[in-house]
Amino acid sequence: MIEILQLPFMQRAVIAALLVGLCAPLVGTFIVQRRLALLGDGIGHVALTGVALGFLTGTAPVLTAVLVSVIGAVAIELVRARGRTSGDVALALLFYGGIAGGVMLISIAPGGSNAKLTSYLFGAIASVTAEDLWVIGALAVAVIAMVVVFGRELFVLCQDEEVAKASGLPVRFLSLLIAVTAALTVVIAMRVVGLLLVSALMVIPVATSQQFTRGFRATMLLSMVFGVIAAVGGLLSSTFSVKVPPGAAIVLLALAGFVLALVVGRFVRRGRGRTRESHS
Amino acid sequence: MHSVTAVFDMTGGQVSLDRRSVLRGVDLTICAGEVVAVLGANGSGKSTLIRALLGLTPLSGGQTLLYGRPPARFREWWRVGYVPQRLQIGGGVPATVREVVASGRIARQRRLRPTTEADRQAVERALEAVSLADRAGDSVQNLSGGQQQRVLIARALAGEPDTYVMDEPTAGVDADSQHLLADTLSALVRDGRTIVLVAHELGPLEPIITRGILIRDGVIAHDGVPPRPEGECAKPGHEHVHPHAEEPVTGPLAGWRAEA
Repeated sequence: MIEILQLPFMQRAVIAALLVGLCAPLVGTFIVQRRLALLGDGIGHVALTGVALGFLTGTAPVLTAVLVSVIGAVAIELVRARGRTSGDVALALLFYGGIAGGVMLISIAPGGSNAKLTSYLFGAIASVTAEDLWVIGALAVAVIAMVVVFGRELFVLCQDEEVAKASGLPVRFLSLLIAVTAALTVVIAMRVVGLLLVSALMVIPVATSQQFTRGFRATMLLSMVFGVIAAVGGLLSSTFSVKVPPGAAIVLLALAGFVLALVVGRFVRRGRGRTRESHS
Repeated sequence: MHSVTAVFDMTGGQVSLDRRSVLRGVDLTICAGEVVAVLGANGSGKSTLIRALLGLTPLSGGQTLLYGRPPARFREWWRVGYVPQRLQIGGGVPATVREVVASGRIARQRRLRPTTEADRQAVERALEAVSLADRAGDSVQNLSGGQQQRVLIARALAGEPDTYVMDEPTAGVDADSQHLLADTLSALVRDGRTIVLVAHELGPLEPIITRGILIRDGVIAHDGVPPRPEGECAKPGHEHVHPHAEEPVTGPLAGWRAEA
């Protein structure tokens, strides 16, 4: 069982899963707080066009996916900030455009077929190359750095945009920063869980950790723990025993964790209530 | 008497929201040390006015200056503390009372600089001032409406600004919290801070108000000493509860003159 961890492709897979498990919930905490839980899904759809563009132009799909999903994320943010009522529809147009664009571009790419896209839609963590891993690693560093540098400001922004403005914060820049960071995270997670399941790792660990926490920072840190457990645990369980693709195993493990947390969290809160009553 | 530059200086201020004219030709100068209540019926434009003063709502005509500068070019945001009408809850991620209050220091903090001792002390003082020090580790989502309002005020206090702009700080707040707020604001007034607050009715805040501005249909209908209850608020059908009714009536300026 341990031998498999000595295989280079498996080591790469574990490192990739670890980075995704850290980054996705980190960014996800801000996104959930801003009620943009579906932002990751939207960017994921757009990123598919980027992947296909990579195949078409003979560039690494991860790099073109970064480019296109960042453009897509900026577009989504601009639509969100400008539009009021038609925002939903405008976003939907972008999502479907992303999928359709991806399918169209891959079909005209030399030797391309929809089957090639499947590994990006549902993830193919075992086929992560060394080059992929360098890109994923660099993006993960960028994502963590952005939160370290701008975390305080992002917290104020996510609490109340007007208060952020009245505190002199660069609201538009910070909003774009969240969108771009989310786009980078989508690309990091693309190879691991797939574009269609990317959002799950941004949202589910955050929802899980909320069952136990009372603060923002605590939620964020605990969700990263849950994210890593789900990503690495899902990967290993799919390799060793269950015949489930890793992407699906990761998300199902995260969901199982959420259900468990829901039950355990209730007892924890009840216990806390009791201690407070006995104190007062 | 006043400092050279006014805190807020609006001339011919107009605001339109969705093509509906909300403010029309407002001229308003507020100087340092004033305690101004912006009064008016629901939908009269009073919240829009204070938001326009801060540049949160853009003007469609006229101009407004914040410490002598248009809001877009204003840089000294640590001088202003804005208290919105209510805490925005429901984003999903919990935040503790301390986290929210500490975020009020943001205009005084620099990127990559760690939280300083001065930051921590200001947060502690703010928590004490609104009597929430014992709830600092609790999630704001679990507090009552009045307590959440106090968190918002503490967030502004933590920033130690010169000027406070508060949107309905007493709305939906229980009597105890209202009195606590009045005490907190009195202390700020003694320190010479400027306060602009929107209120539907003043309640216990009345003694500290030095100037009342009544907004009606987007224009200033009255500007001077606060309208007395027998004027604006004693209309038939106006339910009015005065927790201070049995106390001697004090004039609009008596509160802080007595202290000075």
